[in-house]
Amino acid sequence: MPAVSKGDGMRGLAVFISDIRNCKSKEAEIKRINKELANIRSKFKGDKALDGYSKKKYVCKLLFIFLLGHDIDFGHMEAVNLLSSNKYTEKQIGYLFISVLVNSNSELIRLINNAIKNDLASRNPTFMCLALHCIANVGSREMGEAFAADIPRILVAGDSMDSVKQSAALCLLRLYKASPDLVPMGEWTARVVHLLNDQHMGVVTAAVSLITCLCKKNPDDFKTCISLAVSRLSRIVSSASTDLQDYTYYFVPAPWLSVKLLRLLQCYPPPEDAAVKGRLVECLETVLNKAQEPPKSKKVQHSNAKNAILFETISLIIHYDSEPNLLVRACNQLGQFLQHRETNLRYLALESMCTLASSEFSHEAVKTHIDTVINALKTERDVSVRQRAADLLYAMCDRSNAKQIVSEMLRYLETADYAIREEIVLKVAILAEKYAVDYSWYVDTILNLIRIAGDYVSEEVWYRVLQIVTNRDDVQGYAAKTVFEALQAPACHENMVKVGGYILGEFGNLIAGDPRSSPPVQFSLLHSKFHLCSVATRALLLSTYIKFINLFPETKATIQGVLRAGSQLRNADVELQQRAVEYLTLSSVASTDVLATVLEEMPPFPERESSILAKLKRKKGPGAASALDDGRRDPSSNDINGGVEPTPSTVSTPSPSADLLGLRAAPPPAAPPASAGAGNLLVDVFDGPAAQPSLGPTPEEAFLSPGPEDIGPPIPEADELLNKFVCKNNGVLFENQLLQIGVKSEFRQNLGRMYLFYGNKTSVQFQNFSPTVVHPGDLQTHILSGLGQPPTKRVAAQVDGGAQVQQVLNIECLRDFLTPPLLSLPVTINKFFQPTEMAAQDFFQRWKQLSLPQQEAQKIFKANHPMDAEVTKAKLLGFGSALLDNVDPNPENFVGAGIIQTKALQVGCLLRLEPNAQAQMYRLTLRTSKEPVSRHLCELLAQQF
Amino acid sequence: MQFMLLFSRQGKLRLQKWYVPLSDKEKKKITRELVQTVLARKPKMCSFLEWRDLKIVYKRYASLYFCCAIEDQDNELITLEIIHRYVELLDKYFGSVCELDIIFNFEKAYFILDEFLLGGEVQETSKKNVLKAIEQADLLQEKTETMYHSKSFIGYKKAY
Repeated sequence: MPAVSKGDGMRGLAVFISDIRNCKSKEAEIKRINKELANIRSKFKGDKALDGYSKKKYVCKLLFIFLLGHDIDFGHMEAVNLLSSNKYTEKQIGYLFISVLVNSNSELIRLINNAIKNDLASRNPTFMCLALHCIANVGSREMGEAFAADIPRILVAGDSMDSVKQSAALCLLRLYKASPDLVPMGEWTARVVHLLNDQHMGVVTAAVSLITCLCKKNPDDFKTCISLAVSRLSRIVSSASTDLQDYTYYFVPAPWLSVKLLRLLQCYPPPEDAAVKGRLVECLETVLNKAQEPPKSKKVQHSNAKNAILFETISLIIHYDSEPNLLVRACNQLGQFLQHRETNLRYLALESMCTLASSEFSHEAVKTHIDTVINALKTERDVSVRQRAADLLYAMCDRSNAKQIVSEMLRYLETADYAIREEIVLKVAILAEKYAVDYSWYVDTILNLIRIAGDYVSEEVWYRVLQIVTNRDDVQGYAAKTVFEALQAPACHENMVKVGGYILGEFGNLIAGDPRSSPPVQFSLLHSKFHLCSVATRALLLSTYIKFINLFPETKATIQGVLRAGSQLRNADVELQQRAVEYLTLSSVASTDVLATVLEEMPPFPERESSILAKLKRKKGPGAASALDDGRRDPSSNDINGGVEPTPSTVSTPSPSADLLGLRAAPPPAAPPASAGAGNLLVDVFDGPAAQPSLGPTPEEAFLSPGPEDIGPPIPEADELLNKFVCKNNGVLFENQLLQIGVKSEFRQNLGRMYLFYGNKTSVQFQNFSPTVVHPGDLQTHILSGLGQPPTKRVAAQVDGGAQVQQVLNIECLRDFLTPPLLSLPVTINKFFQPTEMAAQDFFQRWKQLSLPQQEAQKIFKANHPMDAEVTKAKLLGFGSALLDNVDPNPENFVGAGIIQTKALQVGCLLRLEPNAQAQMYRLTLRTSKEPVSRHLCELLAQQF
Repeated sequence: MQFMLLFSRQGKLRLQKWYVPLSDKEKKKITRELVQTVLARKPKMCSFLEWRDLKIVYKRYASLYFCCAIEDQDNELITLEIIHRYVELLDKYFGSVCELDIIFNFEKAYFILDEFLLGGEVQETSKKNVLKAIEQADLLQEKTETMYHSKSFIGYKKAY
């Protein structure tokens, strides 16, 4: 490139820049800049009209000053003037200034847009590109409004130059990202897809980015891009290293384009067309094969470009998650990289393996690298690589390696970067809970966490250990013993005191038999920490003391002495003072019985999603915890949540975070619209920050009342609620904090009547309350539910706080149907069952008559509830069919028959349920005269066992 | 790509290109934070780091750091080569580019970047094609510059 052209057009600028560079201090620089600004201002304001060159030079100086980090508040007009110069270099500087320093001064925007419009229409490709670059650089909504409709035309016009097409594609992409509503889809979209076939590689490179973005919103419109992308990719991958001339980069053919094409394919599931799929798999294999070939160059650029394609290929393989062979190959390849001398490759291999670990096909293969990963955690010198290793260990963890991984992570925690300690603590806590086989290990782990990184153990973590210990009586004694030992350390973290205080207060009696941990010893151990602790901890300890009075009457005098001390009774902190006063009084006036009742052991906590997991998700964004969250890997794992019998309160505990009706899975129900006002108010109140645990004198409540996020478990999904009603007619259909809907129903032949009770649980009136029943699809023709029509009574429009209103629905089944009416009414087809008694012979005869394959529906499934013959019988009767004894030769099996009554027709149904107690499985077979009915009944009934 | 920053070992910003709309204040904050983070890293460390919810890819060439922020699903290695290709383009254009070239001809550095990357995506990877576009522009520039000089000469004469 000729040295002459290097911007020596503007001598004044070069002088100014050297002046700035020669400034010895910041002050000198500012002085010089202010002088220049004053100069430029006077030039711009001066009477003499500036020529284009001077204008360009001054605008460029302003730009330079701005890029140094100073504010510029003038010169925009001059820059805009440059846009309409017919000299390229002036125009160019004008555009640069606008791109860097645009402000949404409406008048200027109009002028700028005008200049751009002229350049776009100029048919001069260089000017057109400048204008397109400017739009792409600014990307504002105003520009979108002005040009979004024109650019597609330029992009697909037959006579546009390649360079213009490239700029137009990416310009459109930027506008689409900023304001998708402004970019009209249309006839041009099909032609954009065909740019993938363009002979100019640069055009393809630009177009792929645009298509990748557009197809995410309209996958069907762009579906044809799959086969085009595959064939393009295949041509690149199989080309020799020099075929593509200037698009070959260090012996790698078109690496950028390859990566973009692989990226595009990740927007879609695997190709359906077998030929396309075959070709693609071939490409992926070729890339994997090439990774094993000796490098064609020693340059790092060669290996980077090659590996960029390799990693993108692996991403695609992981995205498809359907080719076990490729997944395992990918894993082995990454395994090689784990020990590569390039830090970058080790980093990326760890990162990529993290996603591989969540595929069932490669999870085991990933696990074989555990030692290398642990070694990386110990020896990598770069903290970001160690972080990746820790992430991978977390992702590959399952029951088989949990102990090893947790202990390694604990060890790492001792030296970990401060910035990531809290996250490691959360992860260890989650793994320990998730994969605990024996809970003493879990307790040990959490106490170790507190010992090693007490400062980073958040409330969630130590709340959780208390919940688990409270819920599992097999670990309580161990927990008390361990925590007692831990407290004996001369310096122990305050979180340890909190956990210790709580556990000994609840379960100290379990170790009181040992003279080394007799009640007075326990008390004096705790009390020795008391004075060093914060107010919150001291408050907790006071609660422990009153519990001690109940557990160990022999400590009463000592503890009363402590409570009575001036430092407690007259403590400046009102919470401590109140506790001391109230506990002291309680211990003196209440009889032992009363005391024992008040201070009874904590009931088990309702089970819910671990609040720690929720916290990790908040920290890392969705997906971070998903590897463990979905329980995919270890379906049999009885994590602590599942291991404990859920308390009845689980179902009815309101959840503030659930949406008003909480029916997230179901299609939008007929929500009472106006109650939203009151609802939001309430939700806001509950969503507020956690109240300080300082209100009530009952210590249990105060300290472990869950934070607002976990007031209750999420409302069971609507489907689940509906399932309850398949075999019964009455119950609570829906409940959240605001509203309870109860149902009573009766069905006879093809008619039914349903009473709905709407209870307002708040103290505020619901206004304009009007539930409606929606019949999705053509349900109307299958079932008539007269809601709001005579003779049904309409509900009152207002529901007072605490009041309940009733609504009656008359239902007639016209034909068979599958989907229940919305509001998620528990009206399922089996409600119209008429039980039929018949003898064994008749049964078998009819069974044989219904022998067409489509008349039968069969399902084999795992038992979700204990297998109890009586319960099963009750469920089958509740389902509506008659139970036929002595029909099935195997007495363990159940056989039933019934007729579904609809106005139009009657459907005879036969069913057989075969429990297998050993395997905890059922086989359910249904035969009816109508195919969809068989399937639907089978689905409905299978969920009940 | 969300943005690209070029800064010196002393932490002086030499070029900034933003592909997402951000306020000036936010841009300054990000720049300050990132320059600090990257300069604090040791030479042998890996070229990628997580920062906020973005991935940072950086590489040092002599006294200059090139630093790109990409999104979660973007490819780190290819970004590293985007940086390298940009350096090659500058090198070819300026002839053994050094920091001073970028300081004194910052506008050229921006123009070259715009030909190579647009809206945060690679527009043209062929070195020849990018340089051809810049060359054409330079030709136009020279043409207009000669025009300008002759014009001013005439103007000069007229004034007298």
